Amino acid sequence: MHASVCDTIADLVQNAVEAGASRVELDVYTGPDTVKVRVADNGKGMDQATLAKAVDPFYSEAGKHDHRRVGLGLPLLYQTAEAVNGTVDIRSAPGKGTTVGFIFDARHLDTPPLGDLPATVLGLMTFSGTCELILTRSTPSDRYTLARSELLDTLGNLEEAGNLILARDFLRAQEAELT
Amino acid sequence: MAKLTLADLRKLRDEKQKSMDKRDPSNKDAQIIVGMGTCGIAAGAKETFNAIIEELDAKGISHVLVRQTGCMGLCHSEPTVEVIVPQMPVVIYGNVTAETGRKIVDDHIINKKLIDNHICDKPAMDIVR
Repeated sequence: MHASVCDTIADLVQNAVEAGASRVELDVYTGPDTVKVRVADNGKGMDQATLAKAVDPFYSEAGKHDHRRVGLGLPLLYQTAEAVNGTVDIRSAPGKGTTVGFIFDARHLDTPPLGDLPATVLGLMTFSGTCELILTRSTPSDRYTLARSELLDTLGNLEEAGNLILARDFLRAQEAELT
Repeated sequence: MAKLTLADLRKLRDEKQKSMDKRDPSNKDAQIIVGMGTCGIAAGAKETFNAIIEELDAKGISHVLVRQTGCMGLCHSEPTVEVIVPQMPVVIYGNVTAETGRKIVDDHIINKKLIDNHICDKPAMDIVR
């Protein structure tokens, strides 16, 4: 099991980007009873046979790494869901994309903490490439959204240390002001 | 307090750019690439990344690009950081804690000196074709 929900989020978004997506939506909801995450991409998608294999830890898509025999992203998610009374829902269609959603019981003792969402999102938004990432963060009473294109538009360059600090502090402020 | 908006962020950026005086052109093509795969993050790559951008900012260095990448196949030595500085060998450092990350900025980027005991030979063979 990952140490935080954010580690799972990082896995899922990286999967989406590696599937050739040009647009990824990331929804993160935390409430008193549930933690709900949805990652939807418009990448190449999977057929039913590939999807069945993707949840096997000893399967990794050919070409990701030549000699690597394991792929742990989805298996770790299923393991966590099983341990914390959670559910996982994966919908995928070849050529259309994949949507992975999961719900954890927030009150379960073994549910991992959310983790450092600002640092995770900053990491995902500053990966090279042109993939759009749209974060929608919500609680029962509040929400904010932020798109990678907005951040790029505002700061100009997400590879300069000064801009990275501004982006990080901006995300931290959004998260801190969430009620 | 009202929420920080993107307009506020733009203002902060403009202020910051104004306060930066002369930039050091010798570092224009330098890059620091932090391995942010699951292995790197588990070993503390986020802290390393933070330490590096804060040190660069503190020293007023604005033209070193800080990039992130996935696993470089050196999971045994995470966090790993690749440093590319013109006229210096391309180096991958392993076991880069936050403190070593700051050293990379001070020694490698500013003083053009390699850091002993952290140099990895090359990326793992299954990553490089």
